Amino acid sequence: MSAGKTIRVTVNSVIYERTVEPRLLLSDFLRQELALTGTHVGCEHGVCGACTIIVNGDSVRACLMLAVQADGATVETVEGLGSIHKLNPLQKAFQEQHALQCGFCTPGMLMTVTDLLRKYPLATDEDIREGLSGNLCRCTGYEHIVRAVRTLVRQTEGTP
Amino acid sequence: MKPAAFDYLAADSLDAAAAALSRAGGDGKVLAGGQSLMPMLNFRLVRPSILIDINRIPGLAYIEATDNAVRVGALTRHHAIETSPVVKAHLPVLTAAMQHVAHLAIRNRGTIGGSLSHADPAAELPMMALLLDARIAIQSYGGRRTEQARDFFVGSLATSLGEDEIVTDVEFPRLAPGTGWAFEEVARRSGDFALAAVGVTISVRDGKADQVRIGMMGVGETPLRAPQAEALLSGRTVDGALLDEAVASVRSVVEPNSDLHASGEYRRHLVGVLARRAIETAWRRAIGDLQ
Repeated sequence: MSAGKTIRVTVNSVIYERTVEPRLLLSDFLRQELALTGTHVGCEHGVCGACTIIVNGDSVRACLMLAVQADGATVETVEGLGSIHKLNPLQKAFQEQHALQCGFCTPGMLMTVTDLLRKYPLATDEDIREGLSGNLCRCTGYEHIVRAVRTLVRQTEGTP
Repeated sequence: MKPAAFDYLAADSLDAAAAALSRAGGDGKVLAGGQSLMPMLNFRLVRPSILIDINRIPGLAYIEATDNAVRVGALTRHHAIETSPVVKAHLPVLTAAMQHVAHLAIRNRGTIGGSLSHADPAAELPMMALLLDARIAIQSYGGRRTEQARDFFVGSLATSLGEDEIVTDVEFPRLAPGTGWAFEEVARRSGDFALAAVGVTISVRDGKADQVRIGMMGVGETPLRAPQAEALLSGRTVDGALLDEAVASVRSVVEPNSDLHASGEYRRHLVGVLARRAIETAWRRAIGDLQ
């Protein structure tokens, strides 16, 4: 067996130090070591997008990174966006536009859109659909998800 | 769906990575962006004894214009190439192709060195390297060498890289100002691997097509050029009849495989359709008929 490595990772502004096996996926690290189960695990090979999180400012598939690679990194997960009692504007838009049914894909959708909004104007529905094309919703609730993002983009445009 | 156990080294220099790779004696794997290697590890399709992570090596991610080329460091992420003003200025066809590479979360991690080393026959960067006559710089424990893209891709997921070699940078000769270009791709879903794609660059000399390059992917074991169609177009004015000839030529030289996503015959048809669009668009750009 390969030796454990001690890593220090900042997740949602909290610093965690753990010793992990090199083969531990970042998705499993978040869920099993840190009990942050908001990051969902679907396909485990980078196709479904459910485990999307943000590492050092960029959205990534948590199932395609090793926990040891996150040593020293700043990680954002869905738990960092808002809380049940205080949803952030993106979560609020998802709630108001009924952009989730079963909710399994939702954390990945939210983290993907968080990064998209930082990098692209998302001016058209086509841009939004293109941006979300790497996240699968098995309830096929895409229409409402696109509507939620569109609503949020328009609201944000209205504010200085 | 979890990787088998392996040792892990976060290399701090190319020399250290190459030395570790050499020591592993063929049982080591280089981890760059991990967007192809990690799924293979998760599926246990590969079970290296040691993973050599090059992500912490400084100075491997850059895009720089030289006098006649654009050099891209092996660890440069797809998103950086997609959004690079240097690439857009000197290699606009590459910028266009990058729009088709996977999804943002993949483009944020995936690297050019990784994509070329993985050599998926339906991936954009290997085809662009072939189309643009890129030169690939390679380092091993013993030394350095370079290889032209045309000699680098030897089969599906197979390159001329030795088991102890690492890609360090890729040099694309700049397109001359005024070069016409186009990139056309069809995939089932935005960001998926291409069923087929075609990239073209064309210059104009005395009103005739010159220095024609046609690259294709998804229709063979490696990305391909279409030298017969390139020769056919050179020195002539591109019109409907010539496009027909070029399309027939392209279709006659490919031998696409059938798989779950499309039949070989469909891919052969598709590559002709895409070649027609790409050649026509590149020609119109070259003669100033299209921005």
